[in-house]
Amino acid sequence: MDMLKKFSQSSLALPLTALALLLLFNAVFVDDFFKIQVMDNGNLYGRPIDILYRASSLIILALGMTFVIATGGIDISVGAVVAISAATCCLMLGGDISGVPEHPFIVAIVAALCAGVLSGIWNGTLVAKFKIQAMVATLILMTAGRGIAQLLTDGQIITVYYKPFSYIGGTIPGVMLPTAMLIALCMVLLVIFLDKKTSLGLMIQSVGINQTASRYAGVKVTAVLFAVYIFSGFCAGTAGLIESSLIRAADANNAGLNMEMDAILAVTLGGTLMVGGRYYIGGTIIGAITIQTLTTTMYAVGVSSDRLPAIKAIVILLIITIQSERFKQMFREWRMKRADQAAKKEASHA
Amino acid sequence: MRKFFSNLVASPMFSFYVTGLLFIILFGFGSVSFEGFFSPQVFLNLFIDNAPLIIVTVGITFTILSGGGGIDLSVGAVVSLTCMTLAVLMRDTTLSPYVCMPLVLLIGIAVGLINGFFITFFKLQPFIVTLGTMFLCRGLTAMLSRDSVGISNEEYGNLAFTSFEIGDCFISLGACIALVVVVIATIVLRYTSFGRGVYAIGGNEQSARLMGLRVDRIRLAVYVISGFCAALGGIAYSWIMLSGYTLHGLGMEMDAIASSVIGGTQLMGGVGFIPGTVLGVMIQGTILTIISFQGTLSAWWTKIVVGILLCLFIVMQAIVTEHRNKLMNLKAESSGKKAPKKA
Amino acid sequence: MQEKNDDYILHMKNIDMFFPGVKALKDATFNLKKGEIHSLMGENGAGKSTLVKVLTGVYQKTNGTIEYDGRLIEPKTPLESQQIGISTVYQEVNLCANLTVAENIYIGREPRGKLGQIDWATMNANAKKLLHEEMGIDIDVTKVLNFYPVAMQQMIAIARAVDTQCRILILDEPTSSLSDKETERLFAIMRKLKAQGISIIFISHFLEQIYTICDRVTILRDGVYIGEYDLKDLPRIQLISKMMGKEVREDDIESNVDKSVPEETDVIAFDHVTVPGKVKDLTMNIKKGEVIGLGGLLGSGRTEIAETMFGIMQKTNGTIKIDGTEVSVKSPMDMMMKRIAFCPEDRKVQGIIGDLSVRENIILAMQAKAGMFKHMPRSKQNELADYYIKLLRIKVSDREQLIKNLSGGNQQKVIIARWLATEPNLLILDEPTRGIDVGTKTEIEGLAVKLAKENRMSVVFISGEMGEMVRTCSRVLIIRDHEKITELNGEEISTAHIMQAIAGDYHGHA
Repeated sequence: MDMLKKFSQSSLALPLTALALLLLFNAVFVDDFFKIQVMDNGNLYGRPIDILYRASSLIILALGMTFVIATGGIDISVGAVVAISAATCCLMLGGDISGVPEHPFIVAIVAALCAGVLSGIWNGTLVAKFKIQAMVATLILMTAGRGIAQLLTDGQIITVYYKPFSYIGGTIPGVMLPTAMLIALCMVLLVIFLDKKTSLGLMIQSVGINQTASRYAGVKVTAVLFAVYIFSGFCAGTAGLIESSLIRAADANNAGLNMEMDAILAVTLGGTLMVGGRYYIGGTIIGAITIQTLTTTMYAVGVSSDRLPAIKAIVILLIITIQSERFKQMFREWRMKRADQAAKKEASHA
Repeated sequence: MRKFFSNLVASPMFSFYVTGLLFIILFGFGSVSFEGFFSPQVFLNLFIDNAPLIIVTVGITFTILSGGGGIDLSVGAVVSLTCMTLAVLMRDTTLSPYVCMPLVLLIGIAVGLINGFFITFFKLQPFIVTLGTMFLCRGLTAMLSRDSVGISNEEYGNLAFTSFEIGDCFISLGACIALVVVVIATIVLRYTSFGRGVYAIGGNEQSARLMGLRVDRIRLAVYVISGFCAALGGIAYSWIMLSGYTLHGLGMEMDAIASSVIGGTQLMGGVGFIPGTVLGVMIQGTILTIISFQGTLSAWWTKIVVGILLCLFIVMQAIVTEHRNKLMNLKAESSGKKAPKKA
Repeated sequence: MQEKNDDYILHMKNIDMFFPGVKALKDATFNLKKGEIHSLMGENGAGKSTLVKVLTGVYQKTNGTIEYDGRLIEPKTPLESQQIGISTVYQEVNLCANLTVAENIYIGREPRGKLGQIDWATMNANAKKLLHEEMGIDIDVTKVLNFYPVAMQQMIAIARAVDTQCRILILDEPTSSLSDKETERLFAIMRKLKAQGISIIFISHFLEQIYTICDRVTILRDGVYIGEYDLKDLPRIQLISKMMGKEVREDDIESNVDKSVPEETDVIAFDHVTVPGKVKDLTMNIKKGEVIGLGGLLGSGRTEIAETMFGIMQKTNGTIKIDGTEVSVKSPMDMMMKRIAFCPEDRKVQGIIGDLSVRENIILAMQAKAGMFKHMPRSKQNELADYYIKLLRIKVSDREQLIKNLSGGNQQKVIIARWLATEPNLLILDEPTRGIDVGTKTEIEGLAVKLAKENRMSVVFISGEMGEMVRTCSRVLIIRDHEKITELNGEEISTAHIMQAIAGDYHGHA
């Protein structure tokens, strides 16, 4: 009972419950949902793996977004940055049909990540140095970003025939798990490292909760803000690599489309508040997985991809309403009223 | 002279002047560079092509003006939903277009009510709430039909092709409606206490409450207006496309926000001018027109240029605010020595 | 009181106000006559603002009655009290900065034209007339409010209040950001309003102004009503002593502090330091191992001096030397590196990070100083937090408790712990005992003395309470109007002397 109470008060309660409900639904209505088997080529196969695999990019983006939102900001440019990074990578590799890359693979990867980091520096400069509202500042790159991506690819969809490129979005031969999952895992570990082994987490939260007091305590507010936007850009760069490798091409129009919205959603579902402050890495990851599970579930029961948003919307509105102060207060009042009534009943019995 | 400039920069209409000047420069640049650019019809085409965006931008400007992180991300999806509803209604029923159109306007109002309710009653962030309704409307659109649905109703087609001649040129019905919406919105914001209330709550919600304004009611109304405008924009959009499709109006909310900002609206709320936002839309349209006249540049240059303009305007706003503060400090210093006298 | 009851517009009787765990007002009384200017005085935490907030409906009183204009009222919201004629003009103006001057005066009740539209021409004309006739100011009312300086905005706020037929006007520290000229103009307006029969409650920390403009004064101390007096019968020194709660006797509180100034090197030295509008030509030094007090009333510039010392404000003139070498300072971090620490005055806004735990609040400053990647392992953090919790006797359920759930005194201790953890040479405590229970107050005072004596740390102690200074400091600088007016050394330090110095009639032995 105590455990239950403790759980219900923990920040992870809501996203975990949502995920559990979804999984339960799947267990009942979808055949062989939890079955994982080893394929002939040595890869693992099954719906849970599939969900994690497809959630990888979202998890990575959401990790970066968590830090940004924890400082009280927002980064709506990540989707566009995914497109820029994808375009950069494909441009470096080139669309030569023989499968020979123009530049070494590693150079392409580094360039894509650099593109992400540069985007982050741009956002960070506007937010931290010029003190422009985060949403406005990142709106600039959100608008111009896809244009830049198209500028890079010259408006074409560059298809890459270089074989190893497909490993990022697919699997490296001989490895059981999809590479994207492994990358996501690495990013999670990196974030956990930053959270536990550096004081970045402490600084981010203190800036998000009370910027003035943080400045008085010597926290370099500007540097912290810079850092979170750069990290968010880096995450978007990584996700860009995965997204472009999945389709082996750079599609400036559709790469990472609306992913910023999903990332923000994952963070909110995970219990981190939009106003900033305490953040929950675990919650964010579960939030991202929940979103992907929802998608997969809907596919499994035959809801088409373009109808999915309606269901997603209802889930969002439900969850943010439950998290709102007003709702909690109403709930408390309702419970008190019930307790009152119960007491009265008892009194009248006695 | 210096003082004149100083005052000009500090004036609240400064953004509007800059936007206007920029529009003239862009249009002038097009006229000088390309033959046939400088014609009344090219100018009118800006209204005709952008009528839906103008209407939607007017609506979203109300939400931004109301402050408190006010924004309406659902407008693009509402445009799509109204187009689809119109198309499906006219395909599957025998309802007259004149019945269908009020119906879809009601849908817009309903979405606005949902947004406003969650934002004012549960005190939720407009960004997240309207993101939710955006997904909702997109999903509903797809539920109506996954494929493009054409509108073949003759009466409706006639309506769509209605145009009015002005001398040698013509203007479409949609553009006329857009202009009427702009005029009404400008008058409402300037001459009604509701309109001034919108500015007041955007400037300082706390003060507005103390002055006796019904903050929640105004805020709810603002989202309803935005929903209504989005639906009306959707009707205008259907006159251009004559179809319903899930991808109609994709990203329109961001175009609208960008237009609004270029037009001098501050995303913090409380500052903005509807004719300015119209100019914001027209600037985007002019860039597109220049690019199409030029012929070799591709359309995505528009996005980059718009991004650069956005950046310029936002930085300009930051500098103007700073300048204004400096001006005030100067005044305060020159008007007397600080601190009272001792005994 | 000989006056008839009709002379009064307001009686607040036996007002009690509880906050969870704190009694902010105890049996407070406040009487306001028609057409008088009445000052409400008391040091911080005396309950002035609580009393005003009870009257304006921000807070609901726990007990007592409010009789306004012959009937009992219970204002629930500021709007409600405004509608019955009680208006407040705050220091930070409560208007909409993005609207025009005329709108700010008339919003919600704009003059209408034939079609029901807002009649801007009439509105502007009315506003211009109102400002001219009532306030004697002629400005362009079509400009937006934030085009004008704060002083003007305040006048406009007053104009709005007057035009809404207010009968009681509360001015909450209106003069703290005004120049002499602007203050005079405000006073002229106040006299005019008074002549019209409006009662004004004037809250200010400037004694001179109180004596210039007010008729009567009500004094509160620690939430208790001390009395109401005619100002012409109350000498300044009496007023100060009633506010401080100390009788003026030459041989008041004797301190147990070693009053000899240690013969050591300067930790920090200011030489003709000026920060425009904040610090005037300040020369002073702080020696190693001494507790130095900055005395003066609120708003005198004590805090600004401390903030200059910590690098939050930057000087324009003069030099600052630390340990004998001149330094140029750009940010607090520069000063932290020179081992200076600063517990700010406003605990809620500048001090605590509410949603972080006690442990995180304690390690924050030293972690910021160490840099992002020199992260302290959790076990070490716990050790450190526990050490300071024990050392300062911070009352917490455990170190992971959120700081916002602690009492004020314990929050203050956590902030002090945060700075002690950075091992400073100079610790600046700005009003460390404000709003704190007596027991903790004594502990903090003791701590300041102990740090100086045993750890050879220099401590700057800023307080509005004379007794505290006397008990802790070996030297007190008296600040008034952002200037150092005198310095009290060793045996000179007594509450009487400090009060006399602040009132301006003590000139020391020098």
